[in-house]
Amino acid sequence: MKNRIIKVDHLARVEGEGSLFVKITEGQVVDVKLRIFEPPRFFEAFLRDREYTEAPDITARICGICPIAYQMSAVHAVEDAFGISVEGQLRELRRLIYCGEWIESHVLHIYMLHAPDFLGYEDALMMAKDKPQLVEKALKLKKIGNDIVALLGGREIHPINVKVGGFYRVPSKAELRSLVDRLRWGRDAAVETAQLTATLDFPDFDVEYEFVSLRHPEEYPMNGGRIVSSSGLDIAIKEFEFHFEERHVAHSNALHGYEKGKGAYCVGPLARYNLNFDKLSVLAQQVARDIKLTGQIRNQFKSIIVRSIETVYAFDEALRIVEQYEPPAEASVPVEPKAGIGFGASEAPRGMLYHRYRIGDNGMIRDAKIVPPTAQNQPTIENDVRKFVTQNIDLPREELTWKCEQAVRNYDPCISCATHFVRLEVE
Amino acid sequence: MKKDVPHSCRPIVIGIGNEFRSDDALGILVAREFRRRAGESISVREMSGEGTSLLESWGPDDCVWLIDAVSSGSPPGTIHRIDATQTQLPAWFFSSHAFGVAEAVELARTLGRLPRRLILCGIEAGEFKEGVGLSDRVLRSVPELVTMIQEELKSETIA
Repeated sequence: MKNRIIKVDHLARVEGEGSLFVKITEGQVVDVKLRIFEPPRFFEAFLRDREYTEAPDITARICGICPIAYQMSAVHAVEDAFGISVEGQLRELRRLIYCGEWIESHVLHIYMLHAPDFLGYEDALMMAKDKPQLVEKALKLKKIGNDIVALLGGREIHPINVKVGGFYRVPSKAELRSLVDRLRWGRDAAVETAQLTATLDFPDFDVEYEFVSLRHPEEYPMNGGRIVSSSGLDIAIKEFEFHFEERHVAHSNALHGYEKGKGAYCVGPLARYNLNFDKLSVLAQQVARDIKLTGQIRNQFKSIIVRSIETVYAFDEALRIVEQYEPPAEASVPVEPKAGIGFGASEAPRGMLYHRYRIGDNGMIRDAKIVPPTAQNQPTIENDVRKFVTQNIDLPREELTWKCEQAVRNYDPCISCATHFVRLEVE
Repeated sequence: MKKDVPHSCRPIVIGIGNEFRSDDALGILVAREFRRRAGESISVREMSGEGTSLLESWGPDDCVWLIDAVSSGSPPGTIHRIDATQTQLPAWFFSSHAFGVAEAVELARTLGRLPRRLILCGIEAGEFKEGVGLSDRVLRSVPELVTMIQEELKSETIA
């Protein structure tokens, strides 16, 4: 069929959000309009005239699956404004709770959202009917991530223990050590997951992305560092807005992320992996070599393998932190609020998450800017859909629609704002 | 058909929602009102609706009342109740690509991990836009739903 329109609207759970429109004329893709994410402008406005202490609590509600990422970017930005540095065991604990979130988020996506595509199942439910043990294993793995976050955060969803300067309460050595057996089991199960994902069938798909992520001199990036890109950018976090901008796009309310002078860019697991492979743990690097996932990965469908390697790393890192842990004397460093602007970034499971706050004399937030990873990826996802549809242009409509959804799903769009691709209209 | 709530059944009330999305907060607010009336004697939880965490929040000996905003096309404020222990959830409950409440319930059923009793109850939402606060018709239904749950919990027989 030479002329076609594929339009995928979502179930009206969150009205107005989440749609994909593809127009094919004379066998060519002439238009792709994607809208899967609303930037958190409500939260940016809501934060105004709130105390700096509320930034982690309020922003944690932006995402149901990655509240820690929001809390981390928030506290880094506020601490930057106040000239505070959180190091030592407190920094390790922050890294540990972040490992918990990466595990939760990646395992959920790998097994429940992405694997069904590759194994030929409509969804995780159908997959569970056939392979209940696989799903049980996934649930057990994910629960370890949840329990790390609950232990350190005080509550699984919307953790309440994270604050500017550190935590309200730090765990005892015994509390952390109680995780060890499960972390070891989890690490092994994560390695098996990586090996399994490497056996899947991947469509041919190769794109030259401008990858962007944090880079740290010693660690695989989670908390802080500098911002780097595959074309050689290397800047401090506070220079983010000089190089990256959000443009209002005509066809949606969403703002699309662009690198000035360059165009669309890509954040997330592939970006981190390609820019920081050398900083993965010895085990994670070895697993990657064993399954032949080396060199630059430019096939976004292989993000499932990359997420599984990052899951191995998260378990490995969690064990390292737990095994060296000695409770610090104080749960938090002293905090003296002062007026200023602070910049913070951390690597959410889905990619780099940037926060900037302007804080007044009395510690009140004057304004906030929050740039989430899914928002930054939108133009790149559109490009991927355009390319992938072009590659599959002759497929029957239903199959082609499913391929469009897969191209989007590769990016693990944030669940709380994710599209629910159901009703299909053909004009 | 009347079914007995076994004496050994541990009741749990779970409110699902997002306080920053208008009526999407209602599950959480109903749970809070329930806690305010019932005190500490019944286990009450607030959750975001992420499905796999939900599935882990009950055990085989629990009786669970799960409260959530509903989007089914009914007039806003309509109170819904489904006994998911016996009945599969209707198609409109599902969001096909996130892993939410309906997915969690049906996955639990597939894996044999349903609690002893699972009652889904909710209020038809009017607004999901970003913002804090329930719309009027939804707000008016909150006390009625709380009372309904209280009475079901108290009574030893559920119709």
